[in-house]
Amino acid sequence: MEFQIIWFILWSVLWAVYFMLDGFDFGAGILLNFLGKNEKEKRTIVASIGPVWNGNEVWLITAGGATFAAFPTTYALMFSYLYTALLIILFSLILRGVALEFRGLSSGERWRKNWDRALFAGSFIPSLLFGVAFGNIFQGLPMDAKGYHGSLLTLLNPYGLINGLFFVLLFIVHGSLWISVKTEGDMAVRASRLSGRAWFVLLVIAVSFLVFTAFATNLYTNYLHNFILFLFPILAVLSLLGIKLFLTLDRNLAAFYASCITIVMVFFTGVIGLFPNLVPSSINPDYSLTIYNSSSSIYTLKIMTLVALIFIPIVIAYQIWSYRVFGSRLSPDAAGEEGHY
Amino acid sequence: MDTLALSRLQFAVTAMFHFIFVPLTLGLSILIAYMESRYVNTGNEIYLKMTKFWGKLFLINFALGIVTGITMEFQFGMNWAEYSKYVGDIFGAPLAIEATMAFFLESTFIGLWIFGWNRISKKVHALSIWLVAVATNLSALWILLANGWMQKPVGYVLRNNRAEMVDFGAMLTNSYGWLKFFHTIFSGYVIAAFFVMGISAYHLLKKSNAVFFKKSFRIAATFGLVSSLLVFLVGDFHAAEVAHTQPTKFAAMESVWETQKSVPYNLMVIPDIKNETNIVETAGIPGLLSFLAFHDSSAEVVGLKAFPKEDRPPVLPTFLSFRGMAALGMLFMLLTLVAFILSLTNRLESSTIFLRIILYSLPLPYIAAQLGWIVAEVGRQPWIVYNVLRTSEAVSKSITPLQVWGSLLGFTLLYGALALVDIYLLTRFAKKGPDEDVSSLIGPAKSQEA
Ligand code: HDD
Ligand code: HEM
Ligand code: HEM
Repeated sequence: MEFQIIWFILWSVLWAVYFMLDGFDFGAGILLNFLGKNEKEKRTIVASIGPVWNGNEVWLITAGGATFAAFPTTYALMFSYLYTALLIILFSLILRGVALEFRGLSSGERWRKNWDRALFAGSFIPSLLFGVAFGNIFQGLPMDAKGYHGSLLTLLNPYGLINGLFFVLLFIVHGSLWISVKTEGDMAVRASRLSGRAWFVLLVIAVSFLVFTAFATNLYTNYLHNFILFLFPILAVLSLLGIKLFLTLDRNLAAFYASCITIVMVFFTGVIGLFPNLVPSSINPDYSLTIYNSSSSIYTLKIMTLVALIFIPIVIAYQIWSYRVFGSRLSPDAAGEEGHY
Repeated sequence: MDTLALSRLQFAVTAMFHFIFVPLTLGLSILIAYMESRYVNTGNEIYLKMTKFWGKLFLINFALGIVTGITMEFQFGMNWAEYSKYVGDIFGAPLAIEATMAFFLESTFIGLWIFGWNRISKKVHALSIWLVAVATNLSALWILLANGWMQKPVGYVLRNNRAEMVDFGAMLTNSYGWLKFFHTIFSGYVIAAFFVMGISAYHLLKKSNAVFFKKSFRIAATFGLVSSLLVFLVGDFHAAEVAHTQPTKFAAMESVWETQKSVPYNLMVIPDIKNETNIVETAGIPGLLSFLAFHDSSAEVVGLKAFPKEDRPPVLPTFLSFRGMAALGMLFMLLTLVAFILSLTNRLESSTIFLRIILYSLPLPYIAAQLGWIVAEVGRQPWIVYNVLRTSEAVSKSITPLQVWGSLLGFTLLYGALALVDIYLLTRFAKKGPDEDVSSLIGPAKSQEA
């Protein structure tokens, strides 16, 4: 297989795993003030993601670094074209990280309230904007020999916004399922109920995404050339239905895994449609950024493949171990007493 | 200001802000790992207390190190797109490797360390912080190999309108990168040592928790003495490396205008930039500068005038920063030596003047490290990759001054606010001392500690 294709796959996997993992952190952050009825419950939500959020975010840093190393021209143009949107994402992620680490450091009411707001904004805004950004990438950006012809406002077109909402709802369902399996008592029940309700909204948006995609993008072209690829959107739909099925069976852990698969498959559905583009041009296909015209040299790709093959499995191993160490449910009644949250 | 000037300013602001938190992480993680290992080996509760007290301050600092790091990762694409296109084939690799090898390790194990007190065995818990320490120092290695490549590009050819890597090994063994690595991590250790000594001095002056802080002080003083000597030693080699690879930077560091042999080292120099000369040049030690640069007291040092004006870096900031850093470096050796002797001979508590000096010296190594980066980065100008790519050719073409004004303003406000919160939290917890409740952030509940 060509090294560019290997890196297209690795690139997609890094982003997909990022959304799968940080997705529930974002969801939990968005829901903090809605599900957490009192300080103990809020603390429990924060504690449920406390040990893992940073490790999850590193998938984003790695996805960024991998884009740089494997497709430097895409890294350069995509990031400078989407300057303002990316900047807002950065500010939000900074706020979120600080909020998660600092909210517990003082018992003042105002202190906590402010960090809770920061945590909400820092979770909601990136969820929305990542969706908007990828929606626009699926559509293609207005770029040609003269550069980029869009702005922050042109990104907020209907298809981009649908994608943004799609991401937000995916993460809300994902996050509430996480809370329902990671905590005990009343809040877990409420979280479970909420994920059931949010699921219906998610379903509506998912269907409009699939339909809208046919009109707004060329993503389906690849599928029509190669029917086997329909496996990915089908898996996305099946796992989406699976979430509801498992929820009604009261098997929330299974529902959570189903929503992991949904996120990954939705993302794959999009990027498979892009192939071999990374960022298509919406005005002149000659200026699309493809895995061939934007990649590093084969020499660099080989070295990076070696690094990825050795280290990514090791990372996955210790991250799974760490999730198992923190596998047990947290009880809001014990918050603050047991000490670790 | 145009996008170039604004982007430069923004990079300087965000990088220097990141580098307030980074060096403390590099050194303090090692000190804490040592303390916790002592606890595991001896069972002595005072080491557990130390781990928790310094650990809390460590985490407050660490959080800001992380969030300011994300900015750095994305800024190359956002503001330096032409740079990223031109050298991404080479420069992207160490950044991606840093994330896979180091950031995953440190982020996962810091989570285990913070929340894992009741969940993993004591040994594995201590191992976690050791892994964090190794990982942060490993991350420094990769980023500094990347930066070292910008200072001394190796193992590449110019092809397809860009620099392409042809020898990864050359990048891995780049002497410039390794010197930077050791110089930078040791400077981080000095910062951590002064941090611990300074806060310990504060409590010793107030006579609170004397046993605890004397012990902490002694560990830090030992670590600081060794590290100060090493920073100096590596710095000396580093200067020689600069003289070989970047003659323009070296000439600016020392404000040497004319090319001469057997150049003396003048203790007093006042440069006159406009007339391309030095107004004052006295107290020279014969041949020393030649010796420092090339380890030969009669060697020739090329002066700034030998280079066209557009190839010279800004002389004054480079020169002043280098002098400042080196002077501080000497001071640190002296201070840590006295600190070490006093704490070894148990005369610390009675030396209140010295304790006060140590307390107020806390910011000095931070300043030295920032000055060091100014030497390295300003002194490299006008090149972003030395002799390969000019900074003016590296900036993104698609961004507008308005956008960068917005982001620069945003960063300044956000970082400013974070700095205030950070200082508030650090002073609050540093003043509290080890006996107050520190359980809300790390470690088992009060009941277990009592
Ligand atoms: C000498 C050391 C050093 C230097 C020169 C830099 N960093 Fe840094 N960086 C660290 C040493 C470090 C660290 C000590 O390893 C940090 C601080 C706290 C932490 O978690 O890791 C870190 C954090 C950190 C993070 C967050 C990692 C996480 O979420 O866990 C990123 C993305 C970067 N850095 C990226 C950069 C980039 C792109 C730099 C250059 C322009 C840079 N750093 C300079
Ligand atoms: C991989 C690492 C680094 C890269 C690629 C890098 C690259 C750059 C770039 C693109 C600029 C703007 C252009 C200019 O020089 O004016 C710059 C400036 C600067 N950087 Fe670095 N840098 C790195 C690490 C750092 C770090 C960690 C610091 C320290 C905190 C630092 C300190 C500075 C300073 C002070 C400037 C301002 C110089 C000036 O504006 O003239 N650099 N560097
Ligand atoms: C005592 C004598 C010292 C000497 C001779 C020395 C030498 C140098 C030189 C030549 C550079 C520039 C490297 C370049 O251009 O790339 C440098 C950079 C630097 N110095 Fe120093 N230094 C000394 C002390 C210190 C101290 C005490 C600290 C901090 C506590 C420090 C922190 C730094 C840092 C962070 C950099 C930038 C990174 C790098 O280029 O390595 N230095 N030093």
